[in-house]
Amino acid sequence: MSDKQDIHWLCRPATIKKLWIIGIIILVITVGLEFTIHPHAYFGVDGWFGFNAWFGFLSCAAMVLFAKLLGIFLKREDTYYDD
Amino acid sequence: MMINSALPPGLILILGALFLPSLVGNARKTAMLLLPVLTMYLIWAVPDGVQLTVPFLDYTLEPLQGDKLSRLFATIFTLMAFVGGIFALNQKSQIELMSAYAYAGGAVGVAMAGDLVTVFIFWEFMAVASTLVIWSARTKESYGASMRYAIVHLFGGVILMIGVIGQIYHSGSVEFSAMKADSWWTWMLLAGFLINAGAPPFSSWLPDAYPSASWSGSVFLSAFTTKTAVYVLIRSFPGENILIFVGLYMVFYGIIYALLENDMRRILAYSIINQVGFMVTGIGIGTDMALNGASAHAFAHIIYKALLLMSAGAVMYEINKRKCTDLGGLYKAMPLTMVCGTIGALAISGFPLTSGFTTKTMIASAAASEHIDYAWFLLEAASAGVFLHAGIKFPWFVFFQRAPGYVEREFGAKPKDPPFNMKLAMVIFAGFCIGLGIYPEPLYAILPYSVDFEPYKPAKVVHMLELLLFSGFAFFVLLKMMKRTLTITLDFDWFYRKFFNLLHEEFVIKHGGAAFAAFKSASLKRVDTIIKHVFKHHGPEGILARTWPTGSMVLWVAILLGLYLIVYYVL
Repeated sequence: MSDKQDIHWLCRPATIKKLWIIGIIILVITVGLEFTIHPHAYFGVDGWFGFNAWFGFLSCAAMVLFAKLLGIFLKREDTYYDD
Repeated sequence: MMINSALPPGLILILGALFLPSLVGNARKTAMLLLPVLTMYLIWAVPDGVQLTVPFLDYTLEPLQGDKLSRLFATIFTLMAFVGGIFALNQKSQIELMSAYAYAGGAVGVAMAGDLVTVFIFWEFMAVASTLVIWSARTKESYGASMRYAIVHLFGGVILMIGVIGQIYHSGSVEFSAMKADSWWTWMLLAGFLINAGAPPFSSWLPDAYPSASWSGSVFLSAFTTKTAVYVLIRSFPGENILIFVGLYMVFYGIIYALLENDMRRILAYSIINQVGFMVTGIGIGTDMALNGASAHAFAHIIYKALLLMSAGAVMYEINKRKCTDLGGLYKAMPLTMVCGTIGALAISGFPLTSGFTTKTMIASAAASEHIDYAWFLLEAASAGVFLHAGIKFPWFVFFQRAPGYVEREFGAKPKDPPFNMKLAMVIFAGFCIGLGIYPEPLYAILPYSVDFEPYKPAKVVHMLELLLFSGFAFFVLLKMMKRTLTITLDFDWFYRKFFNLLHEEFVIKHGGAAFAAFKSASLKRVDTIIKHVFKHHGPEGILARTWPTGSMVLWVAILLGLYLIVYYVL
């Protein structure tokens, strides 16, 4: 797959870079949409600006890290139970 | 026996299923499609209230009763059998198809049962039928998994039976209705129901068993057992506080284990526990909106989870590979499967315009309006986690991740979209995922309580988009940490798959120690001496092994007769 023509357009580095840029623009727009709405906060902190954005990102990061940590203790070869 | 009305629809589906293997070719395919249609008609013909009574000992059983909650679950179970049947039309295993339909019939039977005894009978019938569905994949793995599955469910059945008997004995009635976990027998009932829901500590039966079934078997398995458990919990333990904690545990257990998993169908199996966790939390909150949310979510979940497992099943059907480390780049070879799988993945994540958004958000809203802050924050974090482990991880590792042509190069496989009937089943369920996302009113109309819920408020949509898109951002930022490895993750089943074996080896063989070794060598020596002895006398050179000529026998007879004569005359 050294020939550039053979690489599927979705896999070309240039496309991937464009996808990242588009993705980040969408993220910014989504947070920007908060200016147009009037949310009803139930618990206080959920009314902060961009709450769902940073809360979503941080909880995902925490879950990935926790899984990684648990994996250190609980991961085994996938032939573990094969006798 | 007194029968006031027709047979329960669940029983009709079971009886029909038993006839399926006697049909061949198109007749069987037609029967597979008509049977659920007939069952659906019968379900909707059942009016509200008890329709059938059967005297049993001193009690009156009510095998058939109708209300909104029963009809909702019976409807989705039957719809699942119908579309699952379309998907499985080219499954060659007769036993699997028969068991899967009978299994669906058992679930419909539970959903329409009016008393505890009938619930228990259909419940145990489901355990047997689902074991057969797993077993009928006919691999060494599926055999072991089906046996472990059967043992866990028979154990759960015993606990449930103790609860049923205790409840009948103490209340004097077989009635199946709302109760409180305030006595040992009601706790037993609750525990029996929760084992089937995939609650801790026995959650591991589910990811152990379901992915071992065939490409079509796991589609059926994903739907019935856990959601029947959700139904009985809604019916019998609404507002039971402990369910909030059990549910929240299940939600995060599913996410964490799915993040660590490499097998695509095990990822989806863990995510069943995660999703059922949302429903169990809703049941624990117990308000009308929460119970509506749990019911609606169960309905939507059966559809998108079956869709996800169909797309995974299609990949299995085409290339017989399950591990993320073996997959990737399939989007070009299997475009329709990829699109349907992605729709299922968006729906499970609760993306706006999908059925997950119009149903699951009801549960979080119920937590918010009850001001249960920890439940709301944890459910929000979990919604983000669903997108992470199922919404992106599943389609990414199966269909993307690598450049197209990987499986073709590595395994010489020629993947393409599956046969027409399998594509049709996926398209139907993908249609439901989007249809119920855009127009949820028909579903809201059949929920157990009247619905006062507007999912598409601008604030709700923006918040959900923020939550999900930033979870997606986290996925790609942390992609390096999510690299798949050829591993499994230990779970509670380790105790019965490994620990007890180790104990057995430790105490039976090793710790016999010196005494055991001495006994063994002495026994062997004794056996050796006996063999040598026998060989000496009966072997080729042995004195007792010689053939005796007839003449010598005549001589001996003559001698004996002579001795006899002598003795006779002398005396």
